[in-house]
Amino acid sequence: MTSTASQPAPAATTRTGEPLLEVQGVEKYFPGRRTGLLGQKGNPVKAVDGVSFSLGTGETLGLVGESGCGKSTTGRAVSKLIEPTGGTVRFEGRDVTNLSPRQMRPLRRELQMIFQDPYSSLNPRHTIGTVIGAPFAIQGERPKGGTKRAVQGLMERVGLNPEHYNRYPHEFSGGQRQRIGIARALALRPKLIVCDEPVSALDVSVQAQVVNLLEDLQSEFGLAYIFIAHDLSVVRHISDRVAVMYLGKIMEITDRDTLYEAPMHPYTHALLSAVPVPDPTTEARREKILLTGDLPSPSNPPSGCVFHTRCPKYKNELSESEREHCRTVEPVIEEKRPGQSVYCHFPQVRSDLIDGEPGPIRTTKPKAA
Amino acid sequence: MVDTSPSAAAVRDFADEQPFLVVDDLRVHFPTDDGLVKSVDGLSFELRRGEILGIVGESGSGKSVTAQAILGLHKGSQAKVTGRILLDDQDLVPLSENEMRRVRGDEVSMIFQDPLSSLHPFYTIGNQISEAYLVHHKVSKKEARQRTIEMLQKVGIPNAAGRYDDYPHQFSGGMRQRAMIAMALICQPKLLIADEPTTALDVTVQAQILELIKELRDELNSAVIIITHDLGVVAETCDQVVVMYGGQCVEKGAVDDLFAQPEMPYTWGLLGSMPRMDRVRQERLTPIPGSPPSLINVPKGCVFNPRCRFSDRVEGRRCFTEHPDLLPTTSTTHEVTRHEVRCHIPPEERQQILLTEIRPTL
Repeated sequence: MTSTASQPAPAATTRTGEPLLEVQGVEKYFPGRRTGLLGQKGNPVKAVDGVSFSLGTGETLGLVGESGCGKSTTGRAVSKLIEPTGGTVRFEGRDVTNLSPRQMRPLRRELQMIFQDPYSSLNPRHTIGTVIGAPFAIQGERPKGGTKRAVQGLMERVGLNPEHYNRYPHEFSGGQRQRIGIARALALRPKLIVCDEPVSALDVSVQAQVVNLLEDLQSEFGLAYIFIAHDLSVVRHISDRVAVMYLGKIMEITDRDTLYEAPMHPYTHALLSAVPVPDPTTEARREKILLTGDLPSPSNPPSGCVFHTRCPKYKNELSESEREHCRTVEPVIEEKRPGQSVYCHFPQVRSDLIDGEPGPIRTTKPKAA
Repeated sequence: MVDTSPSAAAVRDFADEQPFLVVDDLRVHFPTDDGLVKSVDGLSFELRRGEILGIVGESGSGKSVTAQAILGLHKGSQAKVTGRILLDDQDLVPLSENEMRRVRGDEVSMIFQDPLSSLHPFYTIGNQISEAYLVHHKVSKKEARQRTIEMLQKVGIPNAAGRYDDYPHQFSGGMRQRAMIAMALICQPKLLIADEPTTALDVTVQAQILELIKELRDELNSAVIIITHDLGVVAETCDQVVVMYGGQCVEKGAVDDLFAQPEMPYTWGLLGSMPRMDRVRQERLTPIPGSPPSLINVPKGCVFNPRCRFSDRVEGRRCFTEHPDLLPTTSTTHEVTRHEVRCHIPPEERQQILLTEIRPTL
């Protein structure tokens, strides 16, 4: 299936006319907890605060960030598992933001999810035949040749033994359960699957099997993925474009190779420098940018740039007047280089974070050492 | 805080030092209704003061059970522990639970994987840390409190005195892991075992915690064992590495040797399954087919044979009939921590396969 793998990142160019999914300024504020005797409302928790991106058919967008940055909430708001409190979500040109769950139902054929934890996302009392066949039942669809045959076809496609139709989830290993979740998401031939940390709970060797399966299915069915993960290595492998999130906002969004080879946002720099590489010589050369402190509370985000409280650049490089600017004026995410949008007043390209050597942006695969 | 970590490229050679921990033919077997589970089956390694050993493997490979055996946590359970665990020439295997308790926490301590379930929710953080100190030292509670606050400061908890009386739920994930580290280090152990210390954490916090473990190693000159499934973590922090599969060590050596010239097909499999952030996208990952072996019916011959792509390179089905020994490779560059591998494929052929078939796909 190397055909899609070797293609360059489609980025914005493959989208002819309407993008499959267009997300504009989506917000999800959870109401603050009532405190005190009179029950005054606290500040809302701004889990997602003005996220915009678009996604073309057959494209993969990676969403990365630390836990609590709002990447999962974004995935859920976009797939309407929770109602966004602001902004618009357009799917195939149609505004789906305010559709009721009933109105959403026909759209569920096109838009599915794969969840992180393969242990809690499958009903333990249902056989996997029922689990994978549930989308047909809910949508009232009678596949040709009967549901059972369709389900067994799906099972075979994702690498499960079709004879295990009547088994229960506990009889399967973690990797096999994730395959069950994938088969279920695939049943109605959707156009977009939101994958929320689909491989995080798996061992590396099994993780590779599932990643390969997701890629095969993408090229076979022309699927688009929103791939939510905190593992930056997996995201680099699977995504066409990557968005880095922090405190409910997108810090930087660009195509995958630019993000890893020439990132501009100080937060992206810190994230990339923190990922260890399985090569001791490279590892010894690389600079580690350690972030200090914890993630600020999303109900009370810092003024100005939300990242300034932990920003190494703010702390070490900027002048007092520049800092003042960071503290008081909130940056807007805008295109700083072609195809690379960044939320920062003082962005700067760095190309030395991954292999420890500054240099021109690599375009070819390096020779094996 | 921007800092450039010191060059770890020159892996320290510990030739002159006596090994501090010697694990010799360690076996941990659990009798169950279904049969004998051989979680660890004949594991040996040596570790010196100031050295960091990484134990790598998938779930069920026996890495955590090894750590628990060193701490004596199988005492009082059904498990049969045999072999020798020499800590500073004292064998820990025959010790009773009471004798072990004196060693544990004082000379050897452990950082567990999940900080939320390893901290007691009813006691304050400060209370739990100072308890460990009070058990092993004759000091007043006030002194213990002082010492705990120092420790919390050292692991980077802001406002340590003020956070002493906080409960675990008031700490974030990274801070809880720091508190666990403070607890493990308060008695200045000579051997620290960290079981997946960063698996549940974000990469940014992981980088801080690994940095902290290295700093403390430098300060106390302790020996450290890091158990992980992330070869990146090993490359970043460790001096020596043991790759475990099915309860056995299948390859071990100094980190620079092992990453420069991995020789066991399982290690190749691990490296091939990992997506690399430092490479322009590979065409495709090469997963290891199948799943890890049952520890009750361990495959005959080489444990890895059911998943090995190269067993046809060995004459006369030896992979399926004869258990391979852990033998030094020809490429080993360290005298003390020799690079050893458990594989029947002849060394020249192994190197040839690595060069022509494995390298290009990594």
